[in-house]
Amino acid sequence: MSAYVLRRLLYAIPILLGVNLLTFVLFFVVNSPDDMARMHLGGKRVTDAAIEQWKVDHGYALPLLFNAQAEGGDKLTETILYQKSLKLFQFQFGQSDSGRDIGYDISQRMWPSLAIAIPTLLVGLLVNITFALLLAFFRATYLDFWGVVICVTMMSISGLFYIIGGQYLVGKLLNLVPISGYDTGWASLKFLVLPVIVGVIGGIGAGTRWYRTLFLEEINKDYVRTARAKGLAEQWVLFGHVFKNALIPILTGVVVVLPLLFTGSLLTESFFGIPGLGSYTIDAINRQDFAIVRAMVFLGAVLYILGLILTDISYTLVDPRVRLE
Amino acid sequence: MGKPVFLLTDILIFVLVGLTLLFAWYAHRHEHLRAPWRRVVQSRTALGALVVLGFYVVVGLLDSVHYQPRIDTRANGDAIYSGEVRSLFDWIAGPLRANQEKTYSAPFAVHLYAKENIEQPDGSVVRDYPRLDHAGAHLANPDDRWADVAQHAERGLAWGLLVWAVGVLLLAAVRARLRRTALAESVGTLLRGRTHYPWHVALWTLLVMCLLIGLIATVGSHYHILGTDKVGEDVLYQALKSVRTGLMIGTLTTMVMLPAAILLGLMAGYFKGWVDDVIQYIYTTLNAIPGVLLIAAAILMLHIYLSNNADEFTSVTERADLRLLFLCLILGITSWTGLCRLLRGETFKLRELEYVQAAHSMGVRHFNTLLRHILPNVLHIVLITVVIDFSGLVLAEAVLSYINIGVDPSMDSWGNMINGARLELAREPVVWWSLAAAFVFMFTLVLAANLFADVVRDAFDPRLRNSR
Repeated sequence: MSAYVLRRLLYAIPILLGVNLLTFVLFFVVNSPDDMARMHLGGKRVTDAAIEQWKVDHGYALPLLFNAQAEGGDKLTETILYQKSLKLFQFQFGQSDSGRDIGYDISQRMWPSLAIAIPTLLVGLLVNITFALLLAFFRATYLDFWGVVICVTMMSISGLFYIIGGQYLVGKLLNLVPISGYDTGWASLKFLVLPVIVGVIGGIGAGTRWYRTLFLEEINKDYVRTARAKGLAEQWVLFGHVFKNALIPILTGVVVVLPLLFTGSLLTESFFGIPGLGSYTIDAINRQDFAIVRAMVFLGAVLYILGLILTDISYTLVDPRVRLE
Repeated sequence: MGKPVFLLTDILIFVLVGLTLLFAWYAHRHEHLRAPWRRVVQSRTALGALVVLGFYVVVGLLDSVHYQPRIDTRANGDAIYSGEVRSLFDWIAGPLRANQEKTYSAPFAVHLYAKENIEQPDGSVVRDYPRLDHAGAHLANPDDRWADVAQHAERGLAWGLLVWAVGVLLLAAVRARLRRTALAESVGTLLRGRTHYPWHVALWTLLVMCLLIGLIATVGSHYHILGTDKVGEDVLYQALKSVRTGLMIGTLTTMVMLPAAILLGLMAGYFKGWVDDVIQYIYTTLNAIPGVLLIAAAILMLHIYLSNNADEFTSVTERADLRLLFLCLILGITSWTGLCRLLRGETFKLRELEYVQAAHSMGVRHFNTLLRHILPNVLHIVLITVVIDFSGLVLAEAVLSYINIGVDPSMDSWGNMINGARLELAREPVVWWSLAAAFVFMFTLVLAANLFADVVRDAFDPRLRNSR
């Protein structure tokens, strides 16, 4: 298995290179650093000198691929491709366009993101699986039918509605918790309750319906019929057999998103004013800070690939039938 | 009347309508495609959802016929056209668009939301809520407004009912003629649902739609049913205009992604080997980039392009249109990978089947095998994915517009409405109508699409059908 994991890790390199190349083309070839400088400095009435100064300040005053004026190995390293793109591989994110150290910002901001994402995931799983089991137990009854109808209805409501509605109802009308903000340590708890609840409620529709399908798929299999045939009570069939086997796709589905929890939720964080990576990304997009966007793209790609590898490994752990070669 | 204007998205949407009709004709001639559609139409939910979707589609298509209105005629007979681009829908919804107030006003209000200095006839100045310029302007006494609203509503409902009744009668008459039964009997069977297809669901949904349209037509031209927004525009009009944007995002996105997804998916599954490796590499790489960031990066690049080439666009509408199309394109690039992977897996299975092997042994070219033997057998997957993706894309538009990487801020869309009204919840009294209107319109469309998608999936996916 270690050989398999090693191969997957090696396979990640060309993918990351591809991601890097794509962002490089998008940020530096489609639009030149001159265009970027002009937009940051504002419009057309910008002198060439100001543009040059901006490029020097932010490290963009280099040739794209090959620096003929530099010495030796610097011919390749003193270029935008190396400085701005390839350095990401060493997790050196450099400075944002407003002059802050991106690596430091990320290491600071990932904890609030996790503080929201992990409880939302765990509570959401618990709630969704409970509801799904309930619907599977009462399958083909009115309860099941209306349960699914409610799920579809909840799925059809925009996520923005849950957030705005939750803020308005709990924060403004009932005055139970502050609408937005963040604090350190245990004091942050009162800021976390509402985003977590809203996140869980927003996920119930799609989650419950998906898990219900998984349970129903298992329920129709032969071994379940055997279990019933030998006289096992329905609740034991459900918990002992169906639940255990349906857990395999559920678990692997969770594992794949685990690494991405770091990057946080864009909407929740920006609405609730939580200083996590999600709001960091949104702020960067709104301020048109390309250095941060590039860093987050790379980070997201690394975490995605990590998620895929973890999924494969988790398959072998929970399902003895799967072997990795 | 005016000079027709063809925006890029207009052309594409009508091409899409044409393709859909072509597909319908193709499906009609093939029994194996007709059978699942028959199952779809037999479902009551699907038929009801279809009527609602049809309403949205009609509004969207009417809003896709653009023209520049004629404002004057020169001495030599040449027409002078306005620089503003309007649509057929604007023309139909004339009073809704024209009745612009100064700023916010609540639904059915006759007074403005904010106080102003009003000059009295005797010259003194009072600070009070002024009357609206258009809504309820015909009332001498504002206290009469509910009686007046009720009167207009009655008239609207009566009209709606009348139109619906005439429609039902026509349908029943055709049915009676075909089946050789009495007209009254035909009406009865239609409305009570004693027919093979659940026509009654469609008809009752249609009745609700007719009544609503009647209400909008009569009450809407004298009051702002859903209030007005910050610059005094009718919220109902905005919400209806947003229908086009939502539909565009939902349909054009899948349309631009389909060719690539189908071609690459089929090729990866059919040829295997290095072709498969390359295609897998492409979609894993694209998938690895967080979707929102890729969209953001692309839209930021478009921003730069637009701000540096501002002279190339003759009107705001044209620029907004280009941005919409670009958004569809980039959303398509982020979302084609799922379908591609599904098609690859299915083609893997199909290429080992006997009939494909037989075609191969008889020397049929690869291209022909793919086109004639594989493609028709994966079309149901394409259809299911398109229908399921639709609602997700409509919802995504709102989120993207909120982060300012969605459609152009000058374009009517539910996302822009929500974004603009979000901060107004802090006001006292609360300005809730813009938010509510956007959410309700979006919810109705997405719910109808979700319900329809469920039925389509059940009808086309034999594996799921047998497991029920």
